[in-house]
Amino acid sequence: MTADDLVRLEAVDKRYSQGTLALSGFSLGIRRHEFVSLVGPSGCGKSTVLRLIAGLGQPSAGTIAWGGGGKAKRDIGFVFQDPTLMPWATVADNVRLPLRLAGIEAAKAEPPVRDMLGKVGLDQFSRSYPRELSGGMRMRVSVARALVTRPSTLLMDEPFAALDEITRFELIEELLALWQDQPWTVVYVTHSVFESVYMSNRVVVVAARPGRVVAEIVIDEPFPRAPAFRGTARYADYCRQVSDALRASHRGPPP
Amino acid sequence: MKTGPSLHLGLPLAVGAIFLAAWEGLVRVLAVPVFVLPPPSRIVVSLVTDFPLLADSLAFTLAITAGAFLCAVLLGVGLAVVFAHSRLVELALMPYAVVLQVTPVVAIAPLVIIWTGFDHAPVALFILATIVAFFPVLSAMLLGLRSVDHGLRNLFELYGAPRWRVFVSLELPSALPHLLGGMKIAGGLALIGAVVAEFVAGSGTATGLAWRIVESGNRLDMPRMFAALLLLSVAGVAIHLALRALEHRLLRRWHESAVHREN
Repeated sequence: MTADDLVRLEAVDKRYSQGTLALSGFSLGIRRHEFVSLVGPSGCGKSTVLRLIAGLGQPSAGTIAWGGGGKAKRDIGFVFQDPTLMPWATVADNVRLPLRLAGIEAAKAEPPVRDMLGKVGLDQFSRSYPRELSGGMRMRVSVARALVTRPSTLLMDEPFAALDEITRFELIEELLALWQDQPWTVVYVTHSVFESVYMSNRVVVVAARPGRVVAEIVIDEPFPRAPAFRGTARYADYCRQVSDALRASHRGPPP
Repeated sequence: MKTGPSLHLGLPLAVGAIFLAAWEGLVRVLAVPVFVLPPPSRIVVSLVTDFPLLADSLAFTLAITAGAFLCAVLLGVGLAVVFAHSRLVELALMPYAVVLQVTPVVAIAPLVIIWTGFDHAPVALFILATIVAFFPVLSAMLLGLRSVDHGLRNLFELYGAPRWRVFVSLELPSALPHLLGGMKIAGGLALIGAVVAEFVAGSGTATGLAWRIVESGNRLDMPRMFAALLLLSVAGVAIHLALRALEHRLLRRWHESAVHREN
């Protein structure tokens, strides 16, 4: 573990009770304030990595070590693939949930909830119920809920996969703007090579089951990244590198 | 086709009016004896003249029904919570809950009346109606507790929510639509249980509607028998409507079943 590492997974295996080996010898260090994307084929264990980092399960072998005395371990926001909202609660109550679970009284929770709703453009919908919102708005609520505690680490599991192209671009820009505003560490799981290159400092390519890291591509481009970056030759080159690594990972585990 | 509130109320009322008119007309034209089938007008007269008697019986039956329903809900929810949190307890007790559910209440009524004592018939009725009504609550609540969104469970775990908080803030609201569905069935069954149990076990010094029906039948007082039946039906419908109103009130803002959608 280096001094810069926020969290390091070392030779992690994960075997589920029904016998599936999801990860094998998975090693990865994530530095503070880094935006890391995990890219790989379906079922390669990307989501398992996020869940292990979040503490929603234990590795079968290997270690997960946290820097800073493990304080950051309890300071995590998680955005799931689905918005995962409580349908019986209003937008504001959904965003307030992490604060409520942390025992923060309603009056003190109000300003951060209002602030986050403003940042994701939902301040007019605080009293609406999830069913009254579009898919993109629900995902905004989910992002606001994950960020309302101002976590040091944000874990995102294909959060925009189910959205249409335009909404996805909008949300990616909003997410990057929020990250510029307060650079938490982000671990972002996605299927999209283009998305990963556009958003990340580093793209980690994960091989098919059992999942393991087969390539790491540093995206050495400054932030903020304007949409014009997508039209550059450098962007195309990064995408090609990631795609090549993905193709190579499909050839299966090494002998 | 659009179905407004006037159609919802007007259509069944119109069908009922036609049915009653045909009944009244046929009984008069065919000169059917009153002790075989009284005309609706005679039933209404009996309902008015015997109302104090019938109202007392209705109050007795409703008291047994309400008590049994409340007890069934408490018992069903309590057992479901225990079962949902302990597979071992569920494995040990669920078969007995099923046995109670599938055993006809008329078969166990004599036993219960012996155990409670003939002087405590209302207690026997209460127990029997509870047995009939509790299983739908148990079954629905258990299903609800097991249907909690896995992602939300993970979220509560991620934020270190204590067990009681998960139950109060996640499991109970998640299970609410299922529970309300079970309660609607249990409400009707509690009334049926109270009536069937009284048919079998009697009602001691007090007299419920079931006993009033038996007594009227024995005296060939068919108008009063039909009046008692009518009160039973009205009570059943009222219980159903009350529970449906409760369901609507609790779910109308957020649950798919209560939301009116326009395509």
